Amino acid sequence: MHELSIVQSVVTTVTEAMAERGVVRVQSVRLRVGALSGVVEGALQFGYEIATEGTIMEGSRLEVVALPVVIYCGTCSSLAELEGVQSFRCPTCGTPSGDIRQGRELEIESVEIEEAA
Amino acid sequence: MSTARIVELRKGVLKKNDELAAGLRTRFEDAGVLALNLVSSPGTGKTAFLERTLRQLRMVGERPAALVGDLETDNDARRLAVSGAPVRQINTHGRCHLEAEMIGHHLEGWRLDDYDYLFIENVGNLVCPSSYDLGEAIRIALLSVTEGEDKPLKYPSIFNSADIAIITKIDLAEVCEFDRELACNNLREIRPDIAIFETSAKTGAGFPEWLSFLVGEKERKQAAGVVSP
Ligand SMILES: Nc1nc2c(ncn2[C@@H]2O[C@H](COP(=O)(O)OP(=O)(O)OP(=O)(O)O)[C@@H](O)[C@H]2O)c(=O)[nH]1
Ligand SMILES: [Mg+2]
Ligand SMILES: [Zn+2]
Repeated sequence: MHELSIVQSVVTTVTEAMAERGVVRVQSVRLRVGALSGVVEGALQFGYEIATEGTIMEGSRLEVVALPVVIYCGTCSSLAELEGVQSFRCPTCGTPSGDIRQGRELEIESVEIEEAA
Repeated sequence: MSTARIVELRKGVLKKNDELAAGLRTRFEDAGVLALNLVSSPGTGKTAFLERTLRQLRMVGERPAALVGDLETDNDARRLAVSGAPVRQINTHGRCHLEAEMIGHHLEGWRLDDYDYLFIENVGNLVCPSSYDLGEAIRIALLSVTEGEDKPLKYPSIFNSADIAIITKIDLAEVCEFDRELACNNLREIRPDIAIFETSAKTGAGFPEWLSFLVGEKERKQAAGVVSP
């Protein structure tokens, strides 16, 4: 379970970035999580409340945007989205592909904030 | 009065680790060190595999070193040190994976130029280490014949991130009714271009192939380092 340290670094990154902007309150954080990132949403949510306590993020929501794996298929010369992570083959022609173009992301996309007017 | 709005951040959560890992990778490349990160479940045989790898590399005059992560003990470091290679223990105090910062810290005082290989035995865990780049050139996922052929399907993130798979304890394949073809198919389903070696740390089976691959990789790496400015 490394989700707790992942959540911890989300909190550090967001609070530092927001401190520079005079933000008084964070309402929500949107995280992009690839299917191959190795983290599980439930575990992230579980740690979020504790990790945000006593920060400007306390009481905020964690939104997780799940990103499927996208491979490049050399046979079709095109990108293809995979349904799961059990088979890395082009869904159109069946060719195996190790050329991963999306799916490892673990990224803070945006933060919804309240600013002193 | 206050107003709400959305701030785009677009920041990698593991950015700090990724940057440290990139720094390590440059150091390894500059020093001509082939760095390898070994991941597997607890007990798959990482330490046994490394014991023999270190010993045999030294027998042919190669210069390996190793870092080994462990939750609490230094047993693995002591086992590896028997080979005569420089070995350091990284005690993670309960952390379930190694991070780039720990690697940098534990390399202090070592002259990387003195080594050809740096083996990093990660904490026995098939989930968490997958997210943390350690600056390695090669990631190795190990899988023993006693664990079941479907391990790659159960832990796709780690097996997809591995360049090499080592099937360990091959001496037990028959008693375990290990289906070698199924295991290899599953590995390739998750990572089509993965290189697979089947080894036994007990009998030494598969080690000649593994060692000649290793030495070849190191030579390729060092040759590439010499040509580039
Ligand atoms: N028969 C047989 N047993 C092995 C082999 N390799 C390892 N073992 C045994 O498997 C057990 C675990 O081996 P280790 O090398 O300690 O495994 P590990 O992956 O380093 O374990 P952790 O560091 O705790 O995650 C030991 O009892 C070893 O003797 C092998 O090739 N054949
Ligand atoms: Mg070990
Ligand atoms: Zn295709």
